[in-house]
Amino acid sequence: MPTLSLEDTQTVTQDAAQDAIVFENVSIAFQEKVVLDEISFRLPRGETKAIFGVAGSGKSTILKLVLGLIKPDRGRIVVLGENVTEMREEDLFELRRKIGMVFQESALFDSLTVRENVAFRLLEEGNVSEEETEKRVREALRFVELENTVDKYPSELSGGMRRRVAIARAIITQPEVILYDSPTGGLDPVTSNTIIELIVKQRDVYKTSALLVTHRLQDAFTMATHYFDSKTNHMQPLPPGAHSEVPMAFMVLRDGKVIFDGDVQQLVKTKDEYIREFISLD
Amino acid sequence: MELISPADFVKDKVLAVQDYALLAGRSVGNLFRRPLYMADMIQQADLIGFGSLPIVVLSGLLTGAVLADNSAATLGRFGSLSLIGQLVSIGMVRELGPVLTGLMVAGRNASGMASELGSMVVTEQIDAMRALGTDPSKKLLTPRLAATVFMLFFLTIISDLLGLVGGNLVSMLLGLDSHQYWTSAWQVLVFNDVFTGLLKPIFFGFIIATIGCYYGISARGGTQGVGRATTQAVVAASVLILVVDFFLTRFLIVLLGYR
Repeated sequence: MPTLSLEDTQTVTQDAAQDAIVFENVSIAFQEKVVLDEISFRLPRGETKAIFGVAGSGKSTILKLVLGLIKPDRGRIVVLGENVTEMREEDLFELRRKIGMVFQESALFDSLTVRENVAFRLLEEGNVSEEETEKRVREALRFVELENTVDKYPSELSGGMRRRVAIARAIITQPEVILYDSPTGGLDPVTSNTIIELIVKQRDVYKTSALLVTHRLQDAFTMATHYFDSKTNHMQPLPPGAHSEVPMAFMVLRDGKVIFDGDVQQLVKTKDEYIREFISLD
Repeated sequence: MELISPADFVKDKVLAVQDYALLAGRSVGNLFRRPLYMADMIQQADLIGFGSLPIVVLSGLLTGAVLADNSAATLGRFGSLSLIGQLVSIGMVRELGPVLTGLMVAGRNASGMASELGSMVVTEQIDAMRALGTDPSKKLLTPRLAATVFMLFFLTIISDLLGLVGGNLVSMLLGLDSHQYWTSAWQVLVFNDVFTGLLKPIFFGFIIATIGCYYGISARGGTQGVGRATTQAVVAASVLILVVDFFLTRFLIVLLGYR
């Protein structure tokens, strides 16, 4: 593992405090299989970074590492200025309250109604009045355009609706960071577009930092080429040449390594054969 | 089937015991840490306690009746039919009440806990709970443990009482005086019997809840894994109840010095 001098460490620590997420030489293996091998990257505050890679390349593992749900074998992970690799599980609960997570299969609590699911975090904190909770639940559900499902159970909703409820649950406390694990996976193009619009809205309206794991390159390209227009309440295409105006980055994983980390312009101009093939296949 | 080396097998078992001990320790420790999920405890007490009432009532009543019926022939041969109340009373309060109630509640609730928590694990609901800043051991495990221990104690008392009622019904059919039955059943009981009979459900409740939760939380491999965890939870809880019952009885006999 590369060693850092004192000066380097201080610089890293300063940067880490400014960035939402910092990975430094992080490695993890599951039963002899190395999933992530000395990966390093940073997510500046307010930016959304889309992570690509084939199935099993460690994309979802990165999200679980950010939340401290699993610990790396080596390396350091700093989230919102706190080193999660050294934190105890009890201390992590406080940090996790500042992070929203949308799971691949939504992971809604099936014995609770949509209202209870979305309000879960507020109810757990216990310091929010009933009226305030109801108001914020309705606001969050209005954001995902599902206010009419408030009394339904997750089993009564379609896959796309469940994904949107999961987004409402993640954003209700306006977290500083949101982690999306394949939010459009297995959904039809129309529903996928609705979800992407919501993610763009969250990025541009609330300036939330986000990591987005996806297999669908076109979703990330849509995010890089569109902005959310609050007047029309819809996503609009950016004028030609204005792509750098949205805080959107791309990261590609291969064999446990980060082989690309940059913006959309750098991605389309890359000479890397694997990445070019990846783009053309999508 | 994949062959596993003896060393790995032993390591797996030791690791499982370690995980179980940590889970059980954390579940107990959470009782002294905030937040204490009282609403969840009451809900679990309702599910575990009142939900198990019908099977506990039925098993207690029938066990007492069968005990009286089976022993009547032997006691009658020695002209000691009047001792039937004593026999049912000692048998139910010291042994059959706690053990049968424990086994019944294990069958119903250890499986319920394992399947519910197992389903939550495989659908990432446990991870979601942790991601939302809530400790699943506090929210899910401790309320189940507290509710099981608390309710099993009272279910055992109900089972003991109904066992005596069952014995009384049979003894009346055999022509025995009801007053005589209850007097002998009451008089034979001493503090040690009642103490032994009411200490056991505390241990059994702990076993049922921690084993059910452990197998649920450790479930892997989708719906098949949940099914496997459910079966293992019932088997492990039942066997542990019987093993702990034996050693606890021996220990109490030595400690309290009675027979």
